[in-house]
Parts: sequence; structure tokens; C-alpha cells
Amino acid sequence: MNISNLLKIALRAINNNKLRSFLTMLGIIIGVASVITMLAIGQGSKRSIQEQISEMGSNMIMVHPGNNDRRGGGVRMNASDMQTLKNADYEEIVKKCTRYLSSVSPLVNSSGQMIYGNNNYPASVTGVSQDYLDIRKLNVSQGDMFTDQDIATSAKVCVIGKTIVDNLFTNQEDPIGKVVRFGKVPFTVVGVLEPKGYNSMGQDQDAVVLAPFTTIQKRVSNITYLNGIYASAKEERLTSKAIDDIVDVLRQTHKIKEDGELDFSVRSQEELSSMMTSTTDMLTVLLACIASISLLVGGIGIMNIMYVSVTERTREIGLRMSVGARGIDILAQFLIEAILISVTGGLIGVLFGVGASYGLSALLGWPVYVQPYSVILSFLVCTITGVFFGWYPAKRASELDPIEAIRYE
Amino acid sequence: MENQGKRKPIIELRDVKRDFVVGEEVVHALRGVTFSIYEGEFVTIMGTSGSGKSTLLNALGCLDTPTSGEYYLDGVEVRTMNKNQRAVLRNRKIGFVFQNYNLLAKTTSVENVELPLMYNSAISAQERHERAVAALQAVGLGERLNHKSNQMSGGQQQRVAIARALVNDPVIILADEATGNLDTRTSFEILVLFQELHAKGRTIIFVTHNPELAEYSSRNIRLRDGQVVEDTVNDHISSAREALNALPPVKD
Repeated sequence: MNISNLLKIALRAINNNKLRSFLTMLGIIIGVASVITMLAIGQGSKRSIQEQISEMGSNMIMVHPGNNDRRGGGVRMNASDMQTLKNADYEEIVKKCTRYLSSVSPLVNSSGQMIYGNNNYPASVTGVSQDYLDIRKLNVSQGDMFTDQDIATSAKVCVIGKTIVDNLFTNQEDPIGKVVRFGKVPFTVVGVLEPKGYNSMGQDQDAVVLAPFTTIQKRVSNITYLNGIYASAKEERLTSKAIDDIVDVLRQTHKIKEDGELDFSVRSQEELSSMMTSTTDMLTVLLACIASISLLVGGIGIMNIMYVSVTERTREIGLRMSVGARGIDILAQFLIEAILISVTGGLIGVLFGVGASYGLSALLGWPVYVQPYSVILSFLVCTITGVFFGWYPAKRASELDPIEAIRYE
Repeated sequence: MENQGKRKPIIELRDVKRDFVVGEEVVHALRGVTFSIYEGEFVTIMGTSGSGKSTLLNALGCLDTPTSGEYYLDGVEVRTMNKNQRAVLRNRKIGFVFQNYNLLAKTTSVENVELPLMYNSAISAQERHERAVAALQAVGLGERLNHKSNQMSGGQQQRVAIARALVNDPVIILADEATGNLDTRTSFEILVLFQELHAKGRTIIFVTHNPELAEYSSRNIRLRDGQVVEDTVNDHISSAREALNALPPVKD
């Protein structure tokens, strides 16, 4: 007996029992749809967190003075600890760590009041180099970034974010070329940053003022050290190698031995990212587990119905055997019936699942992402479910004795 | 039986025994049955319940294998065959007609008749359909090809079942109480059909407990307690059609 005959027989059997076949499918439909939807929700939230983190600056590596990992007693983060990073460290990193780094910028902070005319706004001025734009994924939308010349001459220029613009220039003035005061120091606005909005932790990413780091060191804070060095790796996967490079260079310039305690710490955005995505990974696994259970229940539904079907069709099986069906023909017939039901259910389930995922994202604005592999996977799983749960009833049917089966009442 | 030597034996049974073990007891359902059935015969096998006729039918139909003895169907030794070989043999050489028709529910006549050919991959879909239609026409149901089994009377259903038994062009048709569920008139109509098939040269075995049917066949074998107690050739076959015509007319 060939496959097309078997398919025909199985299709006729399903067709003769439309309602029952549909109800059997329902279990699989719900199972597959929920697996796909749950995975889409899990993946969607993971992606949206990853996106937000990379918006803050992907591949970012942060070097801070002092060592948070230090064990034992003593004062932590004392004043001298905070001054271990110097301009020379920055220059060394720029010179020697070119292999894995694409941008490096020093960082000096100073908090105070930004004043323009009658308006003032509390802000933190960040002293950086031009590379900082790359590292934090910032763009200048109006005017220009300050130049190397400005850094060399400690020019009193700044680039400001949208929040600062909105709070200082309340009369819709063009801020470019205007002079604002930071405390007592006047700064000329040379550029305005493209707005970025709030990040996932609720910080306003537009309340920034960027100025040459030399200006902050000499003209505002009067210091010679750096509050940090930010860098970004060429690619995300190179981040850990880049960190090793930076540690090596700083160990040399700080003359720290191989086993000596570091007086600085290096972290990457990746650590933050992996911490946050591991939470959503767990969420995904949890959702998928719950959904898998419903798929399993759907599979048991198939077994149940096939089992009833075999008992109910005992006479038919006996007849088929007496007109020449071999055990394997009967086995194949019932197995194909089970697979047809589960695969059809799977297909409908995929449609429902994808539909529900996009429906959720359209109606509730949830971030969803339907992964192609989750569709293929759940499809495979329901075919396997069909074979697995169809096997036992089909096997039982194929082992019936035709003499008894044909007279079964 | 003088001309049997010239005809081809379809069934040859030699000292066939069949024992069943029920609990601790052994039941001897067949205690050494020997006979041959030749091409073109219409044989009734009769016996009361418990005489072993069902067991004999199962053995003849290759649904069961004898405990001992030899059984040749169309020259092929059946006793040593395994389950699958017997299934293929049934598919090619035997046509079954059952008491309760055993049609597939909610399925058209043509599809029901096609069933045995579905298990023969040598036959194309087109040939299968053509042969099913031809078989249905042969039993007088050419007009009801696409009627579903539950839309037909018992007599019509049994005709479909006979068409199904004919469709694989079997060497023997095994009918098991084929008129048992039908009223007198319809029973005679079915008997007429069997006699027509016999007249066309078909070999038929009709298993029944009803002794009245003996006069319509060409040979009678009577079983009792698992043994053949009578085996006679009927030279004066009654016409089922005449009997049908003699029945009182149906009052509407």
C-alpha cells in the first residue's frame, strides 16, 4: 500500500469525524499558539532591554578610579583612591590599546547650576573628548562638537542636551553661539545634542552638558586627575579582550605587579546587559515551560481520542484486515491520522500564535519578537507529539485479531 | 462427483484440525476435516452453532491457521504462511461477504468497493475506480455509486458488500450468513445474485445454519462437532428467482 492511499484513507477518516478531529486539534492549536506567543513575549522583552542598554552605549567599557573589589578592612573609596586616574593614563590607553578599542574618552564631572538670563537649571557638566559621542551613541543635531583645538586650549565651549535647551532657552531662541554660565564660568554653546529620551532606569539622557575635559580640569574644578575613562570596543565580542588590554596598560603605568592590588576598576556595559537579559531569559524559559505543558496536554488529548477511535472502529479495522490490510497498513493509517491532526493543529496554532503575538504588540504595545526558530521548533514538536502519542493506539489497532475485530459489537 | 477430477481444485483441506485452549481445557473445534472444493462450485457449509463452521470459515478465509493438517488455496500452502503473507493472500484471492455487511460508515458505495484495491499498490487509482464501478454494476447498483452506506437498505448494503468481494476478482467468495440479517424477500434477491455469479463461473462458499438454503447450491457440506458428516452434490438446484417470484406480492 502506498502513501497516497494511506493519506486518502486517513483524510476520509478525519473528514468523517470533523467535529471530533477539530476538538482534538484544539489542544494542539492552543499548545502551539501559546508556546509561540510566550516565546515571542519573552524574546521581545529581552530584545527591548538589550536595545535600551545598547542605546546607552553598546560595547562600552568604564574605567573608574579605586577598587570596589577590594577585600579586607580599611577605608574604602577614600579621597586618595579617587585620584588614581590621570591624563597620562588616558593618553597611554589611546596610544597602546588600539587593537580592540574604537574610541576612548576621559571623563571629568562637575555639578552645579547652569544659568542663562533669568533661567537656571541644575546640571552636571561632563568633561570629555570628542570620542565620547561615539561611546554613548550621541549625535550633535545643531551646530558642531568642540574640536581638538578647544581641548588643547581648554576653551570654554560646551555642547548641551535638549532638557538643558528647554530649560534655559524658554523663548525658542537658537542656543548656538549663546553664552551660558556654569557657576561663574561662562561657556559658549557650540552644539545641541539629538534628544534620546529616558533610559530604562528612568534617567533623563538629555540633561547633559559636554565640555572639553581640560576645561573642566583647569577652569572649573581645578584638578589634575580624571573621574573615569570611557572606551568602546570595536565589537561587542571583543569587550573582554579590550578590558584585559586596558588592565595591562594601566598596571604598567601605575607600576602594579602581576599579583598586586589594582587601584582602578574596569567594567563593561556587557555585565549590566547580561545581568538584565538573564532575568528575561529566565522569564522566557518559565513562559515556555508553562506553554509546553499545554502542548503536552494537547498531545495526551490526541492519544485519548485516537485510543477511543481505535476502540470505536474495531469492526472497521477487522474489515480492513480481512480484505488484506497488513498490521503495518493499519499502524500507518492511524499514525498518519494522528500526524495529520497534530500537524494541521500545529499549522493553525502557528497562525494563531503569530497573530496573537502581533495582536498583543498592536493592542497593548508589548514588545514581541517571533523567532523563526520558535515556529519551526513548535511545528516539529507537534509532529513528534503526533507520532509519539499516536503510536500506542495505532500499535494497538495493528495488533487486533481480525477474527475478533470483525465480530466486535 | 465424477467430473471433479478434471476441474481445478480451489480449496484442498486434508485432515485439518483446530484446537483452542480455553483455560485448562483444550477445545477441539475441528477434528480432522478433509474435502476439496473445485472451480465453479457453489457450496453451502451448514451446521448448528458449535459445529465448528465459524472456525472452518476462519481457516478457509486465511484469517486463522489450522493446528494441524494441510490447507491449499489455489495451489498455495496456507498453513506455513505468516500474518502478513496471509493478509496479501486474502487481498488477492478471497472475497468476503459478512452477515452484517461491514461497510465503512458515511462512505460511498464506490469507496467501499474500492477498499480491497486500496491495499494493492499494483492497481492505479483510475483502474481501482473503474473496477469498483464495474463490480457495482454487476450487482445491480450501477445507479447508486455515490450513495453513502447509511442511506441504503440492508439488501442494497449487502449488494455493495458483494461488489466489494468481487472487485479483486477472487478465486473464491466466502459468504458468512450473508442473508442472516435480511427479510425473506431480500434474502431471495441476494440468493438470486449468488446464483447469477455461480452461473458466470464464480466459486462460492456459503456458510449458514439455515438448512433451507441447501437446495439453491450445487453442493452441501454438513458439519457436526468439528467433523464433516455429510457431503452431497445437489443435482437439482432450485432457482432462487422462481422462489422469489412465488413469494406473495408485497402489500404497500
